[in-house]
Amino acid sequence: MLDRLSFPQPWLSLILFLTWQLLSEGVSGGSVVMGIVLAWAIPQITHGFWPERPAFISPWRMPAYLLRVIKDIIVASFQVAKLILSPRQPRPVFVCYPLELEHPLAISILASTISLTPGTVSADISDDNKLLLVHALDAASDEEVIDAIRTRYEKPLLEMFQ
Amino acid sequence: MSQLAEYTICFLLLLGGAFTLVGAIGLARLPDFFTRLHGPTKATTLGVGAIMLSSVIYFSSQGESIGISEILITVFLFMTAPVSANILAKAAMHIGVKTAENTEGQPWEQ
Repeated sequence: MLDRLSFPQPWLSLILFLTWQLLSEGVSGGSVVMGIVLAWAIPQITHGFWPERPAFISPWRMPAYLLRVIKDIIVASFQVAKLILSPRQPRPVFVCYPLELEHPLAISILASTISLTPGTVSADISDDNKLLLVHALDAASDEEVIDAIRTRYEKPLLEMFQ
Repeated sequence: MSQLAEYTICFLLLLGGAFTLVGAIGLARLPDFFTRLHGPTKATTLGVGAIMLSSVIYFSSQGESIGISEILITVFLFMTAPVSANILAKAAMHIGVKTAENTEGQPWEQ
C-alpha cells in the first residue's frame, strides 16, 4: 500500500511537476495540486515500461551532446534540402548498426537522435537489443553511415552511461 | 520592437517556411515510402524549430513574459517526432512496403 503512494522515479516526478507549472498560466494553488497529482500518477502508470532505474553516470556531459545534435540537425537539414531540390535520384541504404550501448534508455536516446538528424531514420531494433536497423536517405556505403553514428553519437553516450 | 529583432524574426520565419516547403516537396518527389519518411521528420526539426524561435523572440520583445510554452512545444515535438517516424517505419516493414529499386540492403524480417 505504501508502495502505491510513493514516487518510484523522483527525477521524472520532479520534471513532470515543473513542466506542469510552466504549462499552466502562473503558479497557483490549483496548479501545484494538479502538478503533484500528475507527478504521482504518471510514474505509477508508466512504471511497467521502466524495468530498471535510468543510470546516468555523468549527466554533465548532456548539454555538450545536445549542442552537437542541434548543430548536426542544422547542417544535415541543409544537405537534405539540397538533395531534395537537386534533380539526381538519392541512393537509399538500409544499414544494420551494431550497438555497443546496452542500457535501454541509452539505446532509445541514440535511436531518437538518429531519427532527428535528417538523412537517417532508425526503423527497428533486433529482439536481443544488439542491432539497430537504420534507413539512410543518401549514403555512399554502409561503413560511412556506421562510422558517422559511432563517432558522433554513440561514443559520447557510452561515456555518459557506462 | 527593435529593428534587429524584426529582421531576426523575418529571417527565422522565412527559413522555417522554406524548410517546411522543401519537406513537402520531398514528400512528393522521393521514390518510396522509407525515403519519404525523411521529409516530415526534417520539416518538423528545423522548420518548426525556426518558427518557434521566431515566436519566442516576438513575444519576448513585446515585453510580455518569455515564451516558455513555445520552447516546451518544440521540446515535445522533438521528443515525439522520432517515435512516430519509428512506428511508421515499423508498420511499413510489417506489411512489407516495397522499397525503391536502387535501395541497398533489405529491411529484416523478425
